[in-house]
Amino acid sequence: MSEPQAARPGQTPSQTVGPYFAYGLVPTQYGYPFRSLFGAELAEPRTPGLPIVLTGRVLDANGAPIGDAMLEIQHADAHGRHVRTRAEVAETGFRGFGRVGTGTLPGSTYAFRTIKPGATPDGQAPHIDMIVSMRGLLVHAFTRIYFDDEAPANAADPVLASVPAERRDTLIARRADLPGGTVYRFDIRMQGEGETVFFDV
Amino acid sequence: MADLPRIAARDWTSQPAYLHPAYKSTPLRAPSRPLLPMRHTLSELAQPVYGHEDIGELDHDLTRNAVRNGAPQGERIVVTGRVLDEGGRPLRHTLVELWQCNAAGRYVHAVDTHDAPLDPNFLGAGRTLTDGDGRYRFLTIKPGAYPWGNHPNAWRPNHIHFSLFGEHFASRLVTQMYFPGDPLLAFDPIYQSTPVGVRERLVSRFALEATEPGYALGYEFDIVLRGANQTPMETPR
Repeated sequence: MSEPQAARPGQTPSQTVGPYFAYGLVPTQYGYPFRSLFGAELAEPRTPGLPIVLTGRVLDANGAPIGDAMLEIQHADAHGRHVRTRAEVAETGFRGFGRVGTGTLPGSTYAFRTIKPGATPDGQAPHIDMIVSMRGLLVHAFTRIYFDDEAPANAADPVLASVPAERRDTLIARRADLPGGTVYRFDIRMQGEGETVFFDV
Repeated sequence: MADLPRIAARDWTSQPAYLHPAYKSTPLRAPSRPLLPMRHTLSELAQPVYGHEDIGELDHDLTRNAVRNGAPQGERIVVTGRVLDEGGRPLRHTLVELWQCNAAGRYVHAVDTHDAPLDPNFLGAGRTLTDGDGRYRFLTIKPGAYPWGNHPNAWRPNHIHFSLFGEHFASRLVTQMYFPGDPLLAFDPIYQSTPVGVRERLVSRFALEATEPGYALGYEFDIVLRGANQTPMETPR
């Protein structure tokens, strides 16, 4: 009963990550007896660049925080380069990719520890790519995070320029310099007032 | 940017819509504004760094990777298949992560309160890398069906959750694999959210050739990710 293999097989459809992903995808964070491949720490103290915490919440259409979302981020290092090999990761301690669930911190917040990315050689402002998955989301949502202290670079960024001006604000993380270090706040609003811009990339 | 590799666009005719009211979790969580088109840059072509060193010896074998005092309960199965791009090109040494409930339909996750037994010898999580032909292979226990609160008398069909990146951040895929002939598929709003004629790609194939004689039945599930665009596009700028 096997179907003949088409010359160009179609893309496999997406399905929701569901409510029970934690022990498979972020087990260490949630205390399950399985080792996480990826976590909330993208950098080490020795990693070149400005150490930052990226934190916020994922909000539903009513503004209620979502406690069963998974966030994945990927970004360039302080020089604007993406790590490609394990040797590069070993050299600087920068992993380039992180993954968290929103189910372990008070208020359903998330928090990544990383370094602030640099502008990339192709003329893009410093940015972080983010993939949002959760129960109720049948296809993951892709968005981008920019920094509020990079106004000149943001003004010249081609992706940001493609976003209607009145919605660009949804992609900007807000800096706060706290005693513990530099924090950028970024909330994701799935729907409604201030709905985050999601991209078809 | 002229010589960036281009990958094929997401084929939205193969994807569920964000808003599928029959699946009750979508109305408050589905984005309501259209996605903004974005041509991928180097950032979206990059991918997480991992390697064989990251994968434990038993990570692919869910019948053994959480054993405490015996074998897990249930029907052992082999789940295998190839990870390909749309051109049929195998994706080699690419990460495949999966998770599932146990044979009784219970997830290890703390928020699963379904009144079915946990199995002390089964976690339900695994991962592996594809081989040089893009093939992956897991040993596991056939997951059970379980009730959920979506609507009266709602039951999820047997399924296994899959997570893949392929070669780029932009080719990320999270999906679910189902089993052939499952009568619950006709009533499941998550499966039914996927367009007719496409949702069948989510159903594995019973594969006698993948069966391990005397030990475990085999199911085959190929996964197709967005891949290299065969049609050259005009060079940007």
